[in-house]
Amino acid sequence: MMEKQNKKNKNKNTLKTAKRLLKYVTGTYKVQFVIVCISIIISALVSVLGVQFLKYLIDDFIVPLMGNQNPDYSSLLKAVIAMGVVYLIGVVSTYLYNRLMINISQGILHNIRKEMFEHMQTLPIRYFDSHPHGETMSTYTNDVDTLRQCISQSIPQVFSCAISMIAVLIAMFATDIYLSIVVLVMVAIMVVVARFFGSRSSKNFVDQQRNISIVNGYIEEMMAGQKVVKVFCHEEENKERFDELNEALCNSMTKANSYANTLMPCIANIGNLGYVLIAVIGGVLAVNGILTIGSIAAFLQYIKAFTNPLGQVSQQMNSIIMALAGAERIFALIDEDSEKDNGYVTLVNCKEENGKIVEVEERTGMWAWKHPHHDGTVTYTKLRGDVEFEHVKFGYEPKKEVLHDISLVANAGEKVSFVGATGAGKTTITNLINRFYDIQGGKIRYDGINIKKIRKQDLRRSLGMVLQDTSLFTGTIRENIRYGKLNATDEEVEEAAKLSNADKFIKHLSKGYDTMIDGSGEGLSQGQRQLLSIARAALNNPPVLILDEATSSIDTRTEKVVQDGMDQLMKGRTVFVIAHRLSTIKNSDLIMVLDHGTIMERGKHDDLIKKHGMYYGLYTGAIEID
Amino acid sequence: MIKKLAKYIKQYKKDSILTPIFVIFEVIMEVLIPYLMARIIDVGIQNSDLNYIFKIGAILVVSAFLSLTFGMLSGRYAAKASAGFAKNLRQGMFYNIQNFSFTNIDKFSTSSLVTRLTTDVTNVQMAFQMIIRILVRAPIMLIFALIMAFNVNSKLAWIFVVTMPILAVVLFFIAIKAHPYFEKVFKKYDSLNRVVGENLNAIRVVKAYNREKHEEEKFGNVNDEVYKLFKTAEKIVAFNSPAMQLTIYTCILLLSWLGAKLIVGGSMQTGELSSIITYAWQILSSLMMISMVFVMIIIAESSAERIIEVLDEESTIKNKENPVKKVKDGSITFDHVSFQYDDAKAEDELPLENINIDIKAGETIGIIGATGSSKSTIVNLIPRLYDVTKGSIKVGGVDVRDYDLETLRNEVAVVLQKNVLFSGTIKENLRWGNKDASDEELVRVCKLAQADDFIQEFPDKYDTVLDQGGTNVSGGQKQRLCIARALLKKPKILILDDSTSAVDTKTDALIRKAFREEIPNTTKIIIAQRITSVEDADRIIVLDDGKINGIGTSKDLLKTNAIYQEVYESQKKGEEDDGEAKQEEQE
Repeated sequence: MMEKQNKKNKNKNTLKTAKRLLKYVTGTYKVQFVIVCISIIISALVSVLGVQFLKYLIDDFIVPLMGNQNPDYSSLLKAVIAMGVVYLIGVVSTYLYNRLMINISQGILHNIRKEMFEHMQTLPIRYFDSHPHGETMSTYTNDVDTLRQCISQSIPQVFSCAISMIAVLIAMFATDIYLSIVVLVMVAIMVVVARFFGSRSSKNFVDQQRNISIVNGYIEEMMAGQKVVKVFCHEEENKERFDELNEALCNSMTKANSYANTLMPCIANIGNLGYVLIAVIGGVLAVNGILTIGSIAAFLQYIKAFTNPLGQVSQQMNSIIMALAGAERIFALIDEDSEKDNGYVTLVNCKEENGKIVEVEERTGMWAWKHPHHDGTVTYTKLRGDVEFEHVKFGYEPKKEVLHDISLVANAGEKVSFVGATGAGKTTITNLINRFYDIQGGKIRYDGINIKKIRKQDLRRSLGMVLQDTSLFTGTIRENIRYGKLNATDEEVEEAAKLSNADKFIKHLSKGYDTMIDGSGEGLSQGQRQLLSIARAALNNPPVLILDEATSSIDTRTEKVVQDGMDQLMKGRTVFVIAHRLSTIKNSDLIMVLDHGTIMERGKHDDLIKKHGMYYGLYTGAIEID
Repeated sequence: MIKKLAKYIKQYKKDSILTPIFVIFEVIMEVLIPYLMARIIDVGIQNSDLNYIFKIGAILVVSAFLSLTFGMLSGRYAAKASAGFAKNLRQGMFYNIQNFSFTNIDKFSTSSLVTRLTTDVTNVQMAFQMIIRILVRAPIMLIFALIMAFNVNSKLAWIFVVTMPILAVVLFFIAIKAHPYFEKVFKKYDSLNRVVGENLNAIRVVKAYNREKHEEEKFGNVNDEVYKLFKTAEKIVAFNSPAMQLTIYTCILLLSWLGAKLIVGGSMQTGELSSIITYAWQILSSLMMISMVFVMIIIAESSAERIIEVLDEESTIKNKENPVKKVKDGSITFDHVSFQYDDAKAEDELPLENINIDIKAGETIGIIGATGSSKSTIVNLIPRLYDVTKGSIKVGGVDVRDYDLETLRNEVAVVLQKNVLFSGTIKENLRWGNKDASDEELVRVCKLAQADDFIQEFPDKYDTVLDQGGTNVSGGQKQRLCIARALLKKPKILILDDSTSAVDTKTDALIRKAFREEIPNTTKIIIAQRITSVEDADRIIVLDDGKINGIGTSKDLLKTNAIYQEVYESQKKGEEDDGEAKQEEQE
């Protein structure tokens, strides 16, 4: 029962997906699509007419002329020329729909990719946490690609085949009803056979797909860990395991393709049997004078004309099923809920006039929060960088609270540090300030404004962030630093690099700032990557800066230089620091010691040391930090 | 290229040969069938000879069954051959990658290796199946159909001889013209994937910097280019079907006109006309097939090239003939060692320059130095993960290049800085160090690496399943597991490359204490940022810009070495005031 219900639902979903896909076609490319349909119909009719032509040619022109001493070919010529014109129209229509279909299919793919990517930019961080990147990637590549084949080849082909089959069917019935019924029986058998093989092969294709993903997963893990494999001389064991998985994949692939490959000869030869049957029956009828020879000749052509498209359609079925499954994944991504943003407080440039803040267009280096109220008045609050947590509660999953009742005040210009073991919630706290995640209880205020009221874009503009995982992009070093401020001049870029001490190693590279780097950062050490990402943040020059393990891979001497540079830059501004080397946070104005989502201790370094509590334990190495 | 790939057909040679053979039989049947059909019309029906009709009909039925059998067999063998071929290609690449040295691994990025093993193999597999089926079928079909057409009526058949080459030239021209565009499209696809992949990895940076629009622009540009290139390529290919139809229709008209004259003249029969038209379809559609396969092969060609690159890549580090299979002891000698990475340019500075060190068996050596001072490089040379550019390294008095690689690497255990745990249980991961290790042995090394305590706290203990990359244990726990895994090898030399950075100082000290007491004869080399990790080493090497800046005990260096002093100061300052507790622990 359940299974049946599921199947029904699945069919319903598939239908929905197909409909939605069709909307893309009819939406943007309505006129072109109509022309395509008409062209396909014309093209298909012409090819059917071609078959019909032979019958007329034989019955109406050739047979009457037979035995004639001085045959008059002029009417035959006319017929041939007329047919030539019809054929020409057919050729033109064929070109037309092929050509227009390119506009449509490529246009749709272009739009779908664009829509996917642009929508992806709006998704909350939560989405990226819960979906493996490899899976999302394959939506852009595999799924879109199967869609391309489906739209540009399968759909027109299936449509054209359907038209041909209908036309042939009509022509057949017009020629002879009994023979037509015989043909229909043959067709019914073909459909049954096609369904039998079709369902087996699609089941095996599903197996194949699953095995592919297993093999891909294994390959990905091992390629990423290849250096460890070498160090442990684990090559032989790897080969063994790989062989097992590879063999399983090979088996399911063989099965799936066997069924798919067998389908075509089956359909074709059932067609052939039909042909024989018609020939025999037709022969009997012709001998008895019930049918003309031309009719039989034409009929035999009809069978070919009918079974060919049927074979083609059955071949396309797998690609259509696969494409619809892909489309479902694509739509799932597009339908994913965007990050919600109800903020209305914006960040604007301002200047002070007679002690009052006035909004201005040009960049003044001074910023204010523009706060419109219900009664229509607008107030301006100067951006200072005060951050306040008031009884904040948060959990990644609704029922699993990871931060309990966090309250803290960071005043503009202060350096606030978070320390604690892995999972204590340090990174989570910083991710709440810029609203990567939304809190479940309490309030966070920024310059006295609840951050829920601030437009996310403006909130994030006012916060700089350097993460342990550096995330660089393929491009030159200069481009990567400039990511912090897109319109920065070369001098500004180099200035920022000097400040973060990245300048030193960049200068050593043969192409300096124009050295190309890979997104995965091959060629640069982890420490160098961190220096670059600090330079990027320095160029951004934000009023509030969050450093999340930003210097974890930098040696202590360099770290000190970087730290001094950053302290200089952030003078008078708020800095949040997460670090596992406590030496770097000793000069903090406020140190928060977190454990399991609760603030255990707070205060300055010296006070906390004197307290001989948890911080003291961490500092002296008695408790593990990560 | 074909020769190289063909080697990987191996045990599927039989299937790969049987496929075309059955295809040939299938084609013969397919050509024979219309011929027999024509006989039914021309002889049976014209002469009202029902017996003849039944006789030929029976032959036809048998032919259809034969055709079906051959078709199914060829389909099956083709599936087996192509899936098997793909399997062998994947295996060939995977095996070769297992032989790669670090230099080889550095050359290919992880993602490119994954694509080569997956998408590229699929492309080649499809092309292979096409070749053994369609590319055999189409020309044979063409030849047979042509022969039959000549057999039916040689005068009319000449039409094909004229039209066929024209169509062939047109189709060939289209394929040639489209090829470069397709190649460009696939290259652009790589960029598109890269942009998406980097965006996914860097999504937090993108959002933190409000760079969504910038990313959309970046993606939009690549997307536009893919769109334009693909459209151009397909526009060219769009001429395929109309060209084919034009030719076929022209043939039919010519056949009809000339055939009618022949029939009226009495030198041809109507059935012959319809069968020759059938042959016309067969001939021209075979041409069409050939051109389609041609396009497929062109697409697969670039994939094949990428696969061959991996297959041909020779490991830069290989065993010598008659390698030494025993390492005497854990002594290490660096003799005027310089090193340069393979892809470096001449003007680049050497990562390591003229390094000379003598390390006695059982000694503990600490290495410290700034980011980019080549600390990792120096230790990677010992187990021959890279080969020296100049000079030599001796382990146990023998040049590392004279050892059997497996012997050397089993005796020189490295805990890499960028270490990886694999999906599987803790036990399975540990046994990478020694697959025959007993459970007691596992516990013993975990105790040494101070990992036993936290493992015992897991509900499944040593059977706890780790996620890919070990993301479900903390960084410090991961590092300790990696150390335990290396210890299981019972190496003569143990190298820790920044492997305790996430471990707290107390545990770190306990690990070093365990090393001292439990494996005193093992040479230990410890790279660290933390001064406390190396402070109690027998000797400390201070590296600066690929050169040795100082060697000595912590005490010596504190007196003589400026860099060491500075690092020491920056970390120790302030700790002294409240460090009594720590001092005690380190004793």
